[in-house]
Amino acid sequence: MRIKDTRATVLTIIRYLLLCIGAFIMLFPFIYMVLSSLKTAYESTAIPPVWFPASPQWSNYDYAWNLKPFLLYFRNTLIVCTISVTGTLLFSILGAFAFTIYDFPCKNFLFILFMLTMMVPEEMLIIQNYETVADLGLLNTFLGIALPSLANGFYIFMLREYFTQVPSSLFKSAKVDCCSDFKYLWKVMIPMNKNAIFTIAILAFIGQWNAFMWPNMVAGNSDDHKVITSGLMTFRAMASANYHYLMAAACITVLPMIIFYAIFHKKIIAGVASGGIKG
Amino acid sequence: MMGTEKKKKKGYKLTTGPNRELLVKSPKAWLYILPPLIVFLAFVFYPMLSVLRTAFYEKYVYITSTGTGFGLASFQHVLKDKTFWLACKNTGILILVALPVTVILSLSIALKINSIKRLQGFFQTLFFTPYVTSTVAIGTVFYTLFHSQHGYINYFLSLFGVDTINWLTDSNTVIWALCIFCIWNGLAFKIVLFLAGLQKIDKQVYKAAKIDCAKPGKTLFKITLPLLSPTMWMVVIVSVIYVARTYNEVFSLFTSVNANTAGPGNSAITIAYYIYYCFFVRNQVNYAAAAAVLFLLVIMALTILQRVISRKFVHYY
Repeated sequence: MRIKDTRATVLTIIRYLLLCIGAFIMLFPFIYMVLSSLKTAYESTAIPPVWFPASPQWSNYDYAWNLKPFLLYFRNTLIVCTISVTGTLLFSILGAFAFTIYDFPCKNFLFILFMLTMMVPEEMLIIQNYETVADLGLLNTFLGIALPSLANGFYIFMLREYFTQVPSSLFKSAKVDCCSDFKYLWKVMIPMNKNAIFTIAILAFIGQWNAFMWPNMVAGNSDDHKVITSGLMTFRAMASANYHYLMAAACITVLPMIIFYAIFHKKIIAGVASGGIKG
Repeated sequence: MMGTEKKKKKGYKLTTGPNRELLVKSPKAWLYILPPLIVFLAFVFYPMLSVLRTAFYEKYVYITSTGTGFGLASFQHVLKDKTFWLACKNTGILILVALPVTVILSLSIALKINSIKRLQGFFQTLFFTPYVTSTVAIGTVFYTLFHSQHGYINYFLSLFGVDTINWLTDSNTVIWALCIFCIWNGLAFKIVLFLAGLQKIDKQVYKAAKIDCAKPGKTLFKITLPLLSPTMWMVVIVSVIYVARTYNEVFSLFTSVNANTAGPGNSAITIAYYIYYCFFVRNQVNYAAAAAVLFLLVIMALTILQRVISRKFVHYY
């Protein structure tokens, strides 16, 4: 028994040790990013590496912050995210509600059609969407950046799963009290599923915050409507060989999301685990 | 019950659906379904049909965005284009090499996290961080890590006597740099899904296995993995489509090296990047459309293939 006990302890220690090594490798790019952003130009490129900066160069952040209008990029990203999240919530609530309590012609056909959109790659759609947005006069606008992201079948599907779990006896009693369908949605369905709706809002927010291809195309070359991801790429084109500045800019880009993650990590992980978007 | 409520309003009646839930038959449904439907029609279905049409134009004038004729010329051009086949090859490498490695690594990390008693949530949070941070920002970090002279990856390898590798500038190695970045980037999502799947497995099964004195290896292959196979299948389905669409990773690793091409001579190009490149850089809209149609066909074929395979290996319980 004694021998077995020590063996178990050793195994547990090995497990924790392996996990720590794994976590270190996983987080190494972040550690490297933060350390390099505080180095001098020489320290950031020296081989063998100078791991820790002799004295932290906070001025790197000053330089990066002033070289490109990061504050503007953040503002733009926030506006785009707000439009995108609000629209996504509105449309997925409406769609999920319709698929839950109504029976209408072509219901199943429409539902399958909505589901199929999860399979269609965005890269295929940009070809026409770019022209559509241009025709609507929405190039270089926040609305143009956010619009295509509103068509997301996944969230309708996810929300419908939650909506159908609301017992239909509630709906019956609402009908007896002559409660209108909209009032039922507003007063019963939404409050009862506010957790699921909040999770969708968070996932949509992360998705939009990190989106790159479409926002980069629509915003064009001026800074006015650039979001943070394409702002960073613009910065990179200017500061290519100065790793310390580049890493400072990367830190600035990543920091808001890290803070957001630190606050909402339980909700984010639970939301992703329950459905699964992105690979 | 049904009868009394049926006649309440005109064009408004309650019926029961297949799962005995209460359903309303009313034209008001369209009030709710129309707003999302319009967005879907405008930004998903219309573009799909339009891309299909564009792909079959014989000629396409970009400035007026008009096409003429009906034929397979665009497909012929794309299928003859060496860059397209390179994109197919690279995407294939990502699916056949990077994805299995990611799945195995994430599965073993999830198993490790699941086997410990304390700090489970802590490790889960740590391993999940890459999911929330933008690929473009971390791609920038990897871009410096992969640098042939100043990058830490080459320094680390040199400790083991490996010669300098030009990760980002040698057309033979760029795909492996891309693979490494994709593996790192894909781990977080899969770990969380596997962990959720592992936590769903009934603890009783393990107790029974322990009573029967099953060896750990046998428990893993005869109990855990079969019971985890629905999760595994879901992960693979989502990931294959996602990996096939690799674009941000390519852009953030290579694009600033050679303006707008994916690495030297487009050697790290993927299918998604090829579509972007044809459309946005070269303005060859009909070629981009033809490639997009082929891309969709491949994705559909992969999905069907997965269905066939899953019938054989996935145990639902």
